Amino acid sequence: MDTLVLSKGKMLSTHPGVRAEATFQKTIFLSALVIIVLLVAIFLSLLIHSVPSLKAFGLSFFFSKTWDPVSATFGVLPFLVGTLLTSFLALLICLPFSLAISIFIGEYFKKGALSSFLKTVTELLAGIPSIIYGFWALFVLVPIVRNFQTKIGVFPYGVGILTASMILSVMIIPYAASIAREVISLVPSDVKEAAYSLGSTRQEVITKVVLPYARSGIVAGILLALGRALGETMAVTMVIGNSNRLPKGFFSPGNSMASVIANEFTEATASLHISSLIEIALLLFLVTMIINIIGKYIIKKISVGA
Amino acid sequence: MESAILKTEGLSAYYEDNQVVKNINLSIPEFKITAIMGPSGCGKSTLVRCFNRMHEMVPGARIEGKVFLKEENVYDMESITVRTRIGMVFQRPNPFPMMTIRDNVIAGYILNGIKLNRSKSDDIVKQSLKEAALWDEVKDYLHKRGTFLSGGQQQRLCIARALAVKPDVLLFDEPTSALDPKATSHIEGLMADLKNTVTIILVTHNIAQAGRVSDFIAFLYLGELVEFGPKGRLLTTPKDKRTEEFLTGKFG
Amino acid sequence: MDLHRLKLRIWKDRGFKAIVILFSFLSIVPLLLILFYIIKNGILSISWEFFVELPRPVGEKGGGISNAIVGSLLLVIIAGLPSIPLGIAAGIYLSENKKSRITYWSGLAVDVLQGTPSIVIGIIVYLWVVVPMGGFSAFAGGIALGIMMLPMIVKATEETLSLIPGSLKEASLALGVPYYRTILRVTLPAGVSGIMTGVLISTARVAGETAPLLFTAFGNAFMNWNLNNPVNSLPLLIYNYATSPYPEWHQVAWGASCVLVVFVLTLNLVMRTVIRRWKVQF
Repeated sequence: MDTLVLSKGKMLSTHPGVRAEATFQKTIFLSALVIIVLLVAIFLSLLIHSVPSLKAFGLSFFFSKTWDPVSATFGVLPFLVGTLLTSFLALLICLPFSLAISIFIGEYFKKGALSSFLKTVTELLAGIPSIIYGFWALFVLVPIVRNFQTKIGVFPYGVGILTASMILSVMIIPYAASIAREVISLVPSDVKEAAYSLGSTRQEVITKVVLPYARSGIVAGILLALGRALGETMAVTMVIGNSNRLPKGFFSPGNSMASVIANEFTEATASLHISSLIEIALLLFLVTMIINIIGKYIIKKISVGA
Repeated sequence: MESAILKTEGLSAYYEDNQVVKNINLSIPEFKITAIMGPSGCGKSTLVRCFNRMHEMVPGARIEGKVFLKEENVYDMESITVRTRIGMVFQRPNPFPMMTIRDNVIAGYILNGIKLNRSKSDDIVKQSLKEAALWDEVKDYLHKRGTFLSGGQQQRLCIARALAVKPDVLLFDEPTSALDPKATSHIEGLMADLKNTVTIILVTHNIAQAGRVSDFIAFLYLGELVEFGPKGRLLTTPKDKRTEEFLTGKFG
Repeated sequence: MDLHRLKLRIWKDRGFKAIVILFSFLSIVPLLLILFYIIKNGILSISWEFFVELPRPVGEKGGGISNAIVGSLLLVIIAGLPSIPLGIAAGIYLSENKKSRITYWSGLAVDVLQGTPSIVIGIIVYLWVVVPMGGFSAFAGGIALGIMMLPMIVKATEETLSLIPGSLKEASLALGVPYYRTILRVTLPAGVSGIMTGVLISTARVAGETAPLLFTAFGNAFMNWNLNNPVNSLPLLIYNYATSPYPEWHQVAWGASCVLVVFVLTLNLVMRTVIRRWKVQF
């Protein structure tokens, strides 16, 4: 390469390669930077547009159960409860299935047609768009729940917290399962052999050695599944019942933080209404961010230690 | 002749179609140290894993023939019972990283769901650690995880763990090959003490170790039992040419 | 160790395995049910007209979802145009500068972005694009989907390039090839299958997204090629029709769901087989 070195040590190049090199380096650097800027901008935008609502309600926003566009009083409690109820119930329901899949593929059938089949099915479950889940739940699951409710003498809404939790749990099965499966299959064989040599059955080795060893990975998988559940919108919106009142029980209709935004944002005209909805979005953003960071942090710790 | 605690009749072991152990008839004398010696790949690890039925856990693995522990056919018993009567210490120390030292020692009970009351478990922990010559070094750290222990200490912890379930036979599968000379001699001395209470079968490719430690030696080559006899006789006046070639270092 | 407990433990062992197998296969049931209903109900709507005609008003027979199909395609293309190059470039930086501070924060930002709920992205793009532009548009919808595609492409690129052995890079540099050419002509092509997988996966993901389009692309009953105007998409159509009170529209929604599901699942299955064959072996 031809270069002329100037007195101050700057390189002036007549070779186009060096300029191209610099452009390349700058481009990829800026690209990486853009993502950081994007995220910060998202946070700031949400914050700035929440200010009217923050100023109007302050902390009571989180404890007030009145959400009334007419009187312009907004409190997020009904949706907080709706989100938490549906997400945790969904997590509870999905856990046995996710764990079963991860033990199946990670321990009993590490290789072979059966495990490939199950792996494919799990990935397909993750690939189905949430609108499809919601649509199917609305037309198939809701009537079933409605029948059940009539049988046990409860008001047959069909829609509600329980129905939303059910469809949500199906959607998050793959998320918990895939990470758990990874860590379970990575448990070193010499620790398992030690347990077998002491006369343990396979079930004892799995429940008392493998699962405790893989504990942090399983927790990470649960956290990631939780993050997914908290932010899920369409499927929940279609079957949760769209009620802005605090849900009284699992059969009550309700709304989640995501679903109230989906339902009301396009129709909201009053700036306070809009600002309150954006404050909910800010809350969603922060909560999912924290959960994801913790989950990813745990995963990183495990991969480094492995 | 000492009484045989473990006997094999026509024992062969296979991985799929590959025969790794060929028709072995062996009698292991009780309360002695029997070394199973031979070059790498001769089938000695596989052989002892047929004793505690760990061999069958490999997909595609099978055996033919019989193995008797005190006149009972090991393959007629439940495998998990066999493993509490024939214990194993592995080549690389493998204490349970999620358990305390104390729990590691009584892991054989914990994992199998056997509840011990506090004083009984304390006794077992203390006795096993003493038998493994580890008690003094860890008695103040029983409630810590064992990860800070040295390789030799970890291996002795594994020995204590195996001893705690009071097996009749203890298999040592090249137990010192991952350890330094000082830890090695520690464990060799330990074995000499242990044989009074438990029969020891030691797998090794190290002739000098077999010479130091064992009472009897079985020499295995390419899956066959070439020769078996008292250590002194086998090492000085081997009957088979292959034994002699191994001892003189013609192959490793 | 007594015999009674032994039998109990052996039964527990067998029972445990049975339960694991049972629950694993029970998980397949929802997938099967969903596919079954969608295909069973949706197939009735499928016809050539369905793909090429516009939706008819309620009460009129026939009609199709052509505007939604076209809209989905438009949105995905608008989404991919900025996000694919940006994502690959960022992924290159992240894989080539592992120790840099920017890499740490950028990687963190990618993870957070990936986990951000899609409805939040929709709000953001509403604030940044729809409000200044004065209305909903395909452009805004594309930007929203693009932001969602970005983290997946960055990660796919970063992970793929990190797996490529350094010896490949060294061989090129040792021949006097400048660094930037080495990356562009040697490393990147070697990683093309992994990167393509990332692009395809993210495309499949955003093709099915509804929430970010609710306040950006908004939907359109008619065909629209103008990027400044609202546009329909398959998921949006399904949402609007499914939640409407008209049974004819429900039927259209089944058909559209059928199309969407077949498309997404085919893409997934094709990816697994094709990409495996494309993988450059080291």
